[in-house]
Amino acid sequence: MNRLFSTLIVGLLLTLIVSLSVSTTVKAKTIHSERSLYRNILVEEKNRLRCLKFNVKSSKTQQSCMLMDDPQRLVFNYTKMLFSSLLINPNPERILIIGLGGGTMSNTLHQIFPDAVITNVEIDPAVIKVARNYFNFFENEKITAVAQDGRIFIKRALIKKQQYDWIILDAFNGDYIPEHLLTKEFLQETQQLLSNNGVLASNTFSVSELYNYESATYKAVFGDFFNVSNNKNSNRIILTSAQALPNSQVIAERATALNKVLLPFNVDIKAIAKQMISTATKQDWPEETPLLTDQYSPANLLNLKN
Amino acid sequence: MTETVSVKWQNPLIYLLAFSSGFCIMGIELLGGRILAPFFGSSVHIWGSIITVFMLSLSFGYLAGGKLSTKAASLNRYGLIFIFAGIAVLPVAFSSQWIMEAIFLAIEDTRYGSLLASMALFFVPTVILGMISPYSVRLLVTDKDKSGQVAGFLYFVSTLGSALGTIITSFYLVLLFEVNDIIMVFSATLLLLGISAMVFNRLNQQTLNTTQIANQSGTAHE
Repeated sequence: MNRLFSTLIVGLLLTLIVSLSVSTTVKAKTIHSERSLYRNILVEEKNRLRCLKFNVKSSKTQQSCMLMDDPQRLVFNYTKMLFSSLLINPNPERILIIGLGGGTMSNTLHQIFPDAVITNVEIDPAVIKVARNYFNFFENEKITAVAQDGRIFIKRALIKKQQYDWIILDAFNGDYIPEHLLTKEFLQETQQLLSNNGVLASNTFSVSELYNYESATYKAVFGDFFNVSNNKNSNRIILTSAQALPNSQVIAERATALNKVLLPFNVDIKAIAKQMISTATKQDWPEETPLLTDQYSPANLLNLKN
Repeated sequence: MTETVSVKWQNPLIYLLAFSSGFCIMGIELLGGRILAPFFGSSVHIWGSIITVFMLSLSFGYLAGGKLSTKAASLNRYGLIFIFAGIAVLPVAFSSQWIMEAIFLAIEDTRYGSLLASMALFFVPTVILGMISPYSVRLLVTDKDKSGQVAGFLYFVSTLGSALGTIITSFYLVLLFEVNDIIMVFSATLLLLGISAMVFNRLNQQTLNTTQIANQSGTAHE
């Protein structure tokens, strides 16, 4: 009887340990996978964290993630860093997002600015579908998603004389940002689309020679800009504006004002404000770096070199 | 004797020219994607447009080149095809901006926009470049039994040129030069090859004429 009891207890304990270890090292479950015209799309879930992946094998898989139990809480550092844009323009009314991903940015921005008109541009219709079906991406009379190449959208918007207060460039093609969205000509087109107090935030993540080319091209078009990055990952937000960049005092004041609004979204804007470095004070690329142009834009090849 | 010497060098020259035309065709096709991207984007259908136009114009080129080769085929005319091709390529570098801008403004759908732009930029030069293959066959074939072998080797050489033109352009040239510079090098190469074919033809004829005169005077002495 005693032996039977102890075996039972040992057995129970063993099951408990096994099940615990299984639950902590739980493998990501693939919820959805498809091959679209442009890429492999993968939706995985692990520990209630749902992520969108392109290109399974690449180590640079850019992803968009959502906490299933707290969807409005932003997960990635680079998405949080994008909010540094609000320190330049605290009240964007027309927002343009190039590169939808899971649509989490669009959702979050709608909660913060319910009256803002948000336009999402995504080249791959399959990504828009996945965002709707798996990431709660929603559209209404304020929010739209357009399936179009970002460059074409911007060219057409220019003809229609549209203006945006906040443009977010977050396009990604499996390797890096598409080459025709890195050139001087493209940045000039984007610049013309900015309203008087418009701000442009580009999510970049080059760690190669391309970093210099990118920086030189942005500087040539916009003049000095803010690099927003933390040392934990290779993402850097390039923050440029139609007007002169605000000084550190203005930034600190705006950060304090915005802090309360942004904290529920897991965005510590005060910390982010400290990660902004103007190229006027620190230029970290060689002066004579060539620019990327429509004639010369081998971005992916440059990104291979180290 | 002189005839065997000229044939000995004429055929390698034709193969070299066919190789270069294959190289240029694919080099230009590859750059087509880069040229169209600023106005028509990088959607899948951009490559659809480019490849369609190249295949279509090559098919017409084969037809036209075959037809042309039936009348007074000569190395001289062969060289002229290259010169015309070299000239027809130039608008790709010099006029592409306003052509694409006009089409971009006129047509909203990027599928038909890119198709029309590819047509406007690449149709004429690629038709002319397509004429080279059948014309080469005409100049190379002397023996009916060997016509298949000659055609096979010609396709081998020109398609090898295409393969190299693709890889060298996409791996290295775009990293070293601007798109327009590469196009101009292609154009210059075609012009130079065309001129060299014509010069070669003239030299050939001169040696042929002198031997004929020599032969004639020889018979007169007999």
